[in-house]
Amino acid sequence: MSDTPVIGVLALQGDVREHLVALAAADAVARPVRRPEELAEVDGLVIPGGESTTISKLAVLFGLMEPLRARVRDGMPVYGTCAGMIMLADKILDPRSGQETVGGIDMIVRRNAFGRQNESFEAAVAVEGVDGDPVEGVFIRAPWVESVGAAAEVLAEHDGHIVAVRQGTALATSFHPELTGDHRVHALFVDMVRANRTAESL
Amino acid sequence: MPISENQAPETGTARVKRGMAEQLKGGVIMDVVTPEQAKIAEDAGAVAVMALERVPADIRKDGGVARMSDPDMIEGIIEAVSIPVMAKSRIGHFVEAQVLQSLGVDYIDESEVLTPADEVNHSDKFAFTTPFVCGATNLGEALRRIAEGAAMIRSKGEAGTGNVVEAVRHLRQIKNEIARLRGYDNNELYAAAKELRAPYELVKEVSELGKLPVVLFSAGGVATPADAALMRQLGAEGVFVGSGIFKSGDPAKRAAAIVKATTFYDDPKIIADASRNLGEAMVGINCDTLPEAERYANRGW
Repeated sequence: MSDTPVIGVLALQGDVREHLVALAAADAVARPVRRPEELAEVDGLVIPGGESTTISKLAVLFGLMEPLRARVRDGMPVYGTCAGMIMLADKILDPRSGQETVGGIDMIVRRNAFGRQNESFEAAVAVEGVDGDPVEGVFIRAPWVESVGAAAEVLAEHDGHIVAVRQGTALATSFHPELTGDHRVHALFVDMVRANRTAESL
Repeated sequence: MPISENQAPETGTARVKRGMAEQLKGGVIMDVVTPEQAKIAEDAGAVAVMALERVPADIRKDGGVARMSDPDMIEGIIEAVSIPVMAKSRIGHFVEAQVLQSLGVDYIDESEVLTPADEVNHSDKFAFTTPFVCGATNLGEALRRIAEGAAMIRSKGEAGTGNVVEAVRHLRQIKNEIARLRGYDNNELYAAAKELRAPYELVKEVSELGKLPVVLFSAGGVATPADAALMRQLGAEGVFVGSGIFKSGDPAKRAAAIVKATTFYDDPKIIADASRNLGEAMVGINCDTLPEAERYANRGW
């Protein structure tokens, strides 16, 4: 087993390219994942920003939803940004009819909670586990987390709302570090994948 | 507990505007004229809808002046779906754009499909919080729109024809011009900027990036799953489908099929499956029989 973790980016729809670039910059081998057999080959997975209803539909349609749930249940590290955060929530407060999630984090998310595009914003966000300056938070029609269960750890808040959460090997942010050129949150996730591989090989 | 940063958030930044388009990549944006159509589009997996009064095929048929849609109709569509809603303003009609921003649309399309309001100037898109998408037939036109503040570009094609030939021409043109810039050295970029009639800084940026600094979609003539996959294989990051869906025999099925083919644009087996039994496609128009005056792509400069 080589030292460099292989991390997939779910490439059904969304800002896949930016995540691939950010992961490569954080010293991972990054590759797009659209099929179950591609999912089977990665050590960790990023679910990108995009349209959560579209990503969810395509995941069901192309037989990815169940394999995704199985791998997350088995402890594969996952990181979701924005729509990806919604996909990792055990519960959506206001789902579109039939909108399924992968789950993995005991939290309830509210879609488009910060508003429509005119309300999309940038703000500095201090994230637990990311040293140094706050990260530049880019929030685009972003969700927030209404509440978390006992196993989930809140990593960041903005304006009194939870915007970053970690539960075991699953990480989620309302904002898009992949759009900023600051790869510290991706580095945190790559470390999680590395630690998980070490734990599994013991 | 982590400390929350109570710094004033900043809206309408270039990163937030361009970033919004990044989230649409790999997706299909569908023209809809009613809340019911918007729901069909959302259920089929559209990443956004374009709210308008008439699809381009009907604008062609009806003739006359095509304007911004009725605010009631746009609000009805905003209410009906949770995906982003776009709407069109006339070229240079910045008051229509102000109205669309006040309605809370997520993206404004300053579109050649509507009758231009100004034959010299496009709207100053930096003056808005709402991001803009604009059409282009070549790289110079794309960069002029970006210089005016456009946060997303779509190749124009020829809307309302159901004929993909112009979409292919415009996308190839843009991609070829980008590829050519890629090979230029610094000395050549000044002359290239002059030739493209575009700001030097943007020309240099494209030369370095090997792509536009904003997301590039394709529009104007996509009618089938294979059309959508063709545009993606040619380098479009997503597609707009106008008349192609709701002017066809089975819109829900065709919409879902185009979404599938857009995601798996490089997998002919999936495109084949998506193309089965879709019913009647929209009746197309041969672009070479289209009089110059009826070519929407010539609008905008």
